[in-house]
Amino acid sequence: MERDKTLLQAQHISMAIDGRQILLDINLQINEKQIVTLIGPNGAGKTTLVKVVLGLMKPSAGTVTLRKNLRIGYMPQRLHVDNSMPISVKKFLQLAVHAKPELIEKVLDEVKALHLLHSQIHSLSGGELQRVLLARSLIQDPELLVLDEPVQGVDISGQAELYALIASIRDSHQCGILMISHDLHLVMSATDEVICLNQHVCCHGHPEQVSNDPAYLELFGKKQAAALAVYAHNHNHSHALDGEVVNGEMLNGDHSGHKHG
Amino acid sequence: MADFILRALAAGLLVALIAGPLGCFVVWRRMAYFGDTLAHSALLGISFGILIDINLQLSIILACLAIALLLVKMESRHHLATDTILGILAHSSLAFGLVILSFTDVNIDLMAYLFGDLLTVTTQDLLWIAAGVVAALIVLAFSWNKLLTITLHQELAQVEGLNVGRMRLLLMLLIATVIALSMKVVGMLLITSLMIIPPASVRNFSNSPEKMALSASLVGCLAVCGGLLASFYFDTPSGPSIVLSAAVLFMLSSLFKK
Repeated sequence: MERDKTLLQAQHISMAIDGRQILLDINLQINEKQIVTLIGPNGAGKTTLVKVVLGLMKPSAGTVTLRKNLRIGYMPQRLHVDNSMPISVKKFLQLAVHAKPELIEKVLDEVKALHLLHSQIHSLSGGELQRVLLARSLIQDPELLVLDEPVQGVDISGQAELYALIASIRDSHQCGILMISHDLHLVMSATDEVICLNQHVCCHGHPEQVSNDPAYLELFGKKQAAALAVYAHNHNHSHALDGEVVNGEMLNGDHSGHKHG
Repeated sequence: MADFILRALAAGLLVALIAGPLGCFVVWRRMAYFGDTLAHSALLGISFGILIDINLQLSIILACLAIALLLVKMESRHHLATDTILGILAHSSLAFGLVILSFTDVNIDLMAYLFGDLLTVTTQDLLWIAAGVVAALIVLAFSWNKLLTITLHQELAQVEGLNVGRMRLLLMLLIATVIALSMKVVGMLLITSLMIIPPASVRNFSNSPEKMALSASLVGCLAVCGGLLASFYFDTPSGPSIVLSAAVLFMLSSLFKK
């Protein structure tokens, strides 16, 4: 029997917390060696969706199916180590559940941070800390990597470098990647599929396609999208400031009015 | 030297050994007020223990755990900050304990429970403390890395397959145990200081969690020795003297900042 190429499938995920709708009828699939990027404004539910996928939160409705015995590497949005705790990069990586000594240097080298091995976590810059977190997610040779805003706290030139690194990790580990990003244009070259999220899936597809989608343009404003060619089509809902779909008929999140390529 | 001094010294050193490493978690996880709340609820345990006539160490542990679980329940139910809920729990359980005590016809020395009474430690007390400390140290050593992992990042630990809920419960159980064991040494009002002052004193001189834990044990032991010496020569109360000597060590350590 051929091995299942689908790593993860989430179907009809909805989530409401304290009566507030966070996610609405979301479908998501990640295949082997595929990089899927979630973009969307603050409060769009990106992190919530990732937590549902990881099993950290239980959705109000919908199912998440993972391939059997799937090895998942997770890089959280940020690591806050209390100042009172002295800990070196080496010890931090050793704490990963499946860490073996020889693996630690290998993964650190992979993210080009081997020189940080004996540094204290507190002395790292934003970019260095992100690399160390990325290294930890690689320790158990994941089949699926889940990265929550991997470039957070990294300066612009470092961001492009980090995305390039992530793309190369997909090739070297042959893993699927689900990541959250703020900026479509920076991740464009390093991603196969973009899902534009604002409680529901506004649009999805190849990066170029999404960057031209009116739903995307509306969410992120014309300024950011100005450099890109725009093609017009009708879409039948608009967003209030909180991201709520204003036009009531679209509540099932189905975008029959959109053309996705 | 008199036997009672040796017993007091042994009991104090034993408690300092476990209070240091466990206190590190209290400091790293910002649980100082949580520890204090559990300590306050210890009096409730004592009152119940006397009322239904069971082992007091055991009833203290049970009361601490009950309050800890109540805290978890209340946190998910109320829109109140944790320190508010802790304040409610700490003082209500203390008050409840005092009220229950008034129903028992036993005349207990309240001061001994509040501030410790190290010089009256009996051989039987000492055996209890020794058994408890050894058990707690073994459990702590075996779960050390897991506890560090959930302290660094709870969700990362969960994705990596750790049972975070169980580890947190274990940490609460260990803290409750140490509170029960150190009741005689420094008393419930001063217990938290024995857990947080030694780790705070050694933070600047440590570059790994393990070194911090071991040196915190050492500082705790020094504080016990210093406090008992003061108590012996100047006839000061033993529990407060121990805490005071820990405070002096803390101040000295901040003079020698690395």
